Amino acid sequence: MNPVYYLYLASLLFTIGAAGVLIRRNAIVVFMCVELMLNACNLAFVAFSRLHGNLDGQIIAFFTMVVAAAEVVVGLAIIVSMFRARHSASVDDASLMKL
Amino acid sequence: MSPLHPGGLDSAAALAASTAYHTSTGEAVQFWILGVVAVIGALCTVLMRKAVHSALCLAGTMIILAVFYLANGAYFLGIVQIVVYTGAIMMLFLFVVMLVGVTAADSLKETIAGQRWLAALCGVGFGILLIAGIANASLRSWNGLGRANAAGNPQGLAALIFTKYVFAFELTGALLITAAVGAMVLTHRERTERAKSQREQSEERIRAGRQLPPLPAPGVYARHNAVDIAGLLPDGTPSDLTVNKTLKGRGQIRDVSQEAIADLRALEQRSESRLGRERGEGTGKERRADDDAREERGKEEGVTR
Amino acid sequence: MDNLIALLIAAPLLGAAVLLCGGRALDRVGPLVGTVLSGASFVIGAVLFADMLGKGAGDRTMTQHLFAWVPVAGFKADVGFQLDQLSMTFVLLISGVGTLIHIYSIGYMAHDERRRRFFGYLNLFVAAMLLLVLASNYLLLYMGWEGVGLASYLLIGFWQHKPSAATAAKKAFLVNRVGDMGLSIAIMLMFTTFGTFSFGGVFGAAHGATEGKLTAISLMLLLAACGKSAQVPLQSWLGDAMEGPTPVSALIHAATMVTAGVYLITRSADLFNGAPTAQLAVVVVGGVTLLFGAIVGCAKDDIKKSLAGSTMSQIGYMILAAGLGPIGYVFAIMHLVTHGFFKAGLFLGAGSVMHGMNDEVDMRKYGGLRKYMPVTFVTFGLGYLAIIGFPGLSGFFSKDKIVEAAFAKGGTEGWILGAVTLLGAAITAYYMTRMMLMTFFGEERWRNTATASPDAPDVEPAAEERGRHAEPHPHESPSVMTIPMIVLAIGSVGAGAFFGVGDRFLRWLEPVTGHSEGNSPVSAGVVTAATLVLLVVGAGIAYLQYGRRPVPARAPRGSLLTRAARRDLLQDDFNHVVLVRGGEHLTRSLVYVDHTVVDGVVNGTAASFGGLSGRLRKLQNGYARSYALSMFGGTAVIVAATLLMRAV
Repeated sequence: MNPVYYLYLASLLFTIGAAGVLIRRNAIVVFMCVELMLNACNLAFVAFSRLHGNLDGQIIAFFTMVVAAAEVVVGLAIIVSMFRARHSASVDDASLMKL
Repeated sequence: MSPLHPGGLDSAAALAASTAYHTSTGEAVQFWILGVVAVIGALCTVLMRKAVHSALCLAGTMIILAVFYLANGAYFLGIVQIVVYTGAIMMLFLFVVMLVGVTAADSLKETIAGQRWLAALCGVGFGILLIAGIANASLRSWNGLGRANAAGNPQGLAALIFTKYVFAFELTGALLITAAVGAMVLTHRERTERAKSQREQSEERIRAGRQLPPLPAPGVYARHNAVDIAGLLPDGTPSDLTVNKTLKGRGQIRDVSQEAIADLRALEQRSESRLGRERGEGTGKERRADDDAREERGKEEGVTR
Repeated sequence: MDNLIALLIAAPLLGAAVLLCGGRALDRVGPLVGTVLSGASFVIGAVLFADMLGKGAGDRTMTQHLFAWVPVAGFKADVGFQLDQLSMTFVLLISGVGTLIHIYSIGYMAHDERRRRFFGYLNLFVAAMLLLVLASNYLLLYMGWEGVGLASYLLIGFWQHKPSAATAAKKAFLVNRVGDMGLSIAIMLMFTTFGTFSFGGVFGAAHGATEGKLTAISLMLLLAACGKSAQVPLQSWLGDAMEGPTPVSALIHAATMVTAGVYLITRSADLFNGAPTAQLAVVVVGGVTLLFGAIVGCAKDDIKKSLAGSTMSQIGYMILAAGLGPIGYVFAIMHLVTHGFFKAGLFLGAGSVMHGMNDEVDMRKYGGLRKYMPVTFVTFGLGYLAIIGFPGLSGFFSKDKIVEAAFAKGGTEGWILGAVTLLGAAITAYYMTRMMLMTFFGEERWRNTATASPDAPDVEPAAEERGRHAEPHPHESPSVMTIPMIVLAIGSVGAGAFFGVGDRFLRWLEPVTGHSEGNSPVSAGVVTAATLVLLVVGAGIAYLQYGRRPVPARAPRGSLLTRAARRDLLQDDFNHVVLVRGGEHLTRSLVYVDHTVVDGVVNGTAASFGGLSGRLRKLQNGYARSYALSMFGGTAVIVAATLLMRAV
């Protein structure tokens, strides 16, 4: 098997995650889908690291994880405060982006 | 598992760079089995109605990804994936899911016209593009990580992080601190005055003159006494005082007033027939109220007869 | 030695920075700091002058390149200085007279709370003016040009609590903007024509340019000169500028800044020499302003405004001389320098009189002051003799040369210009004699000002505002004020002879401006004789009107011309009717066009876009998911495009 299949898997997972972001309305699930997309990217980075034979890809994946952790912290805090204010975790309820 | 496509194979690839790079059979088998499971997990994440199920499916997918990391020679990242993602981040997700309401299931009905079809179209198109792009690229000669991991994978990563990427590393540290502070700021509510003592609270309650005794318990005069069932007032309407505001806000209150009134009416009916009174003296109000309960009453009547 | 040039500017600039940023801690020493730094500039200038004298006439030009200001490809502006004989003349005049006036101001402004700021502004002015005359390219000159405009604005409006001063400052600034616009257009034209605006580059290429382009550039430069030097038609601000403190009027609005236009024309001699039409315009402007200013000067009862009219008129002489071409450049500058001495002296004298008279400016309330202010009387008198061209004093030499040069222009033109300059000389003698007689001779009309009606014409409101209705007690000013006046009086007496005898000034300046003798139809002796005769006639008429008869304390109604001249020959009315009304009509018609045609097109377009957007806005439903979808779609398109481009 050629390891390129890891890349196919990564793109598949990324696409599924993206579709999930667009389809789901529960902010938490949307957020999970974002995490899925990030993980797919990480898989691709790790595979590329193997392709090139150096560790820079893994470093990038590592940084992605750190940033994802930070993002989760802030994102969940936003969801919690949004829920407090609106008693709902639906992203459609916050449809304030139009006049 | 055997993430070992290692040094030997690597040097072989180096010897014959033109030949296609292949993984071991064991890794191939592992990929095809776990890859299918990962995709199913991802799909379930998207499609499950309850957020908690989505979270569990996502955790599964992440664990499989950790295995793939290991198989690809990223030993450190594989472990970090399990510890940080499935261990910390997913638990944080589950925590918030619990906070927001574990039972609240999403309706999967789409509200924006055409959103779902367009999303599916874009998703499929994007996926095809990505896969076509990868297939188009000639990724035949893989170098493998044999040389890079020679001194050990964590050591190699550490050497890079603390030399070439040290600035980015410091920046991520700052980012994490900022995120932590940001989360605190977002969820923090400032207490602007001193907390009231118990004495003050009771004085205040008496002065305000409403609800001097403790709040009524849920489930009073109802069929159940669970916390999500509002207690009923003597006229059969539910009382808001008896249930938790949070549950009410989430819409998780079960209203049993109609059933209770129906039960009451059935009871009255039974006693009337037992005492031999004529029916039809009930007030108009009662007649209006028991539309729903009529069938049940009829059943009861039949039973009594 | 060349590197000292920047210090000339740096010293007063440092003074301005220290005094304006320094805060109240410097209130006490502020005037001293400003004076010392201005004096430092003069000392450096003198050192450079001595150095320059040691060289041959051909290689006296010094240059200093500081840094590339705008180093863009094809557009180069350097901060560099050029010190030649012309600049040197100005440097000595500016820093010398400037320092004297700083000293004078120490006494004059002694009781003003904001004098630190005043000296800061004065230093700023000196720095900007030096930058103007030292710049080695037009862009840097423009910076100095704007700098002196700013300093002039700040100083005219120094007593900003007086509405009249604030308005006058604004008026000066706005009118100057018109001229500044001319300068900026001229610089832009230079850049499009020659591709550079350094003096060397422009003058080197001037011979190759078409006459049309040179005329356009020169006319724009003339517009600039008109604005800064208060020449017709941009003359209206100078009279009002007298609202500023008197030292300011002496330094900026008599001796230095208003002569910047003459400098500009002389500096751009190579451009004007190639554009006879523009030169004709310069001469006409000069001639008209010469008479205009002189007539206004005759009618004003306000001593400073009368002097302002005189300044306008004398600068008219200089502009006229500069417009004559190589015959006149040297004499324009020579008159400029002598005028710098005697007019600054006259203004300082006027300031001294006002100082002793409770800030009274109405000459009809002066009279007989020579007993009370002997030093002022003598110095003012010497300045008076100098300006009317009394034989042997400086005005005699410089003005006479201009009259000769005007005749030397030749042809009908020469005769007309000669006549105008001669007439101007007569009127100058008239109004200066009138001023002298009304101020220092005759009966003491100020004895009764305590009961004078407050609505007397042309009285400065300040006199009433300060509530000093008590009878003034004329007294001589302190020595810190009289010493500069004495120095300037010496200059007024001696400068002309120093420059004129043996053509010393001509030989000094000739390498820069060039010189040619015209062929005058009348001999120099005849011109001098005619000038003297007219001088006596003008002064005699004034004596008959104001010396023999008592001067009424309230101005008589006067003839039509007098009344018009009191209103500055209706310059403001003219501006109002032609510019303001015309502008209003123009804007009204433009508004009409705007409402019908432009708005029609715009509204039509807007309506069609509105309809389109009404449909498009349905896409914008406010749901974040929907926006995410469009982003995702866009990403897909970009990926597709990337792949396609790679495939091709």
